[in-house]
Amino acid sequence: MASSGSGYDLSPTTFSPDGRIFQVEYASKSVASSGTLIGLKCSDGIVLACEKLLANKMLVPGSNKRINTVSKTSGCAFTGFVSDGRQIVNRAREEASSYLDTYGIPVPPSVLADRLAHYVHYFTLHGALRPFGASMVLGCYEEDMDEASLYMVEPSGQVFKYFGCAAGKGRQGAKTEIEKLDLSTLTVAQGVKEAARIVTMLRDDGKDKPMELEISTVAAENNYVHKPCEKSVIAEAEKWAKEQIEEEEDMEEDED
Amino acid sequence: MASLLHPSQTSNPYNLKPGEVSSGTTIMAVPFKGGVVLGADSRVSTGTYVANRASDKIAQLTENIFCCRSGSAADTQALTDYVKFYLQQWEVESGRPATVKVAAHLMRKICYQNKDNLSAGVIVAGWDPVSKGQVYNIPLGGTCIEMKCAIGGSGSTYIYGLTDALYKENMGKQETLDFVKKSISHAMARDGSSGGIIRTCVVTEDGVEREYIPGNKLPYGP
Repeated sequence: MASSGSGYDLSPTTFSPDGRIFQVEYASKSVASSGTLIGLKCSDGIVLACEKLLANKMLVPGSNKRINTVSKTSGCAFTGFVSDGRQIVNRAREEASSYLDTYGIPVPPSVLADRLAHYVHYFTLHGALRPFGASMVLGCYEEDMDEASLYMVEPSGQVFKYFGCAAGKGRQGAKTEIEKLDLSTLTVAQGVKEAARIVTMLRDDGKDKPMELEISTVAAENNYVHKPCEKSVIAEAEKWAKEQIEEEEDMEEDED
Repeated sequence: MASLLHPSQTSNPYNLKPGEVSSGTTIMAVPFKGGVVLGADSRVSTGTYVANRASDKIAQLTENIFCCRSGSAADTQALTDYVKFYLQQWEVESGRPATVKVAAHLMRKICYQNKDNLSAGVIVAGWDPVSKGQVYNIPLGGTCIEMKCAIGGSGSTYIYGLTDALYKENMGKQETLDFVKKSISHAMARDGSSGGIIRTCVVTEDGVEREYIPGNKLPYGP
């Protein structure tokens, strides 16, 4: 790596001569090499989906969650350093509950995303701190505006509002797949399946590596309450996804 | 010895300190289909002395949220200043106009947290695009209740029966305004610490209309 050895990558407080902060870039690297995470803003809600790579075959299914509930109508998923991600989730929950206490209404998604971005960004400003090695995708619903929205906070502290977003190992492929979807008409029910297809499709060649698919929704049919999908729903989505992928592969073979 | 009576039943309902200026007061707010009407008398007294006979007890919190003040003038002025400040911050952070609900919640929170040191009974009312016209009553202890017709201040005790009898569902703007003016006139006639003129404020989607009725033109009587 060009940066190592130059001395400009030892602290997030140091800019390199060409204006980069290597420590922040390294943090983003740890996100880029971990499980794929995608978020979709569908016509009637949000879908979050996450590929959880299992380090050990003896882990109990459903443990070490990467998709968490922040408040009644907001959920977040992260990828990267799991323990760093959990720290951000914890902060998100604190922000949500303190906002409700102060103002008497649930925190608006834009405000929550903004405050989390401030929190994450703070860790890129001090020599005594290191940036978070995790990206966070937020799916929230705001009753006052009657709108569900999707945000992603990156290790640099940047935050954007998305129709569809992806992070982790398969993000490039995921983004091209998401762009092919018609998100203005796609329902959450279909979105869950598409999300399963995209995440499964982008798995590494060593497909026998143990993994668990986590999906959650903030959907109109559940009154926009954030809910992790039932095991049966995920299993069905995965089955559908595998069929789709096989079909596609068969078609490609026919063309050859 | 401390009185066993509820503060509202003693001759010093707001437990004011000697020399403290009170807004004696009759205040009222009623929502209607397109907005909300607020009304207040204008007398400010120190004991039996009228310190100001044409004061304004309707404070503006944001563009479209107002607040009727009763109790200690100093306390309620400080309170509205705080709430105004917090609402400005809220509007900057959220990028949209504050809702009446948020304003009432902030007011309640400060009133409740400082209940031992405050003598303030306020009515927060206004219009917002989310829930339209709303009225929240926040009396002495710091409860916050959304109401279809809120009255407050020492003069309000004289008009509970009147407002119960005159209130109707689905009143129009002019009808609500007349109802408020009439009720406050009757309170001012009976309550020694309410008087002067009536100030009213109508908040709708189209904006704010403020007016007053001089003391010799009050709609008192049948």
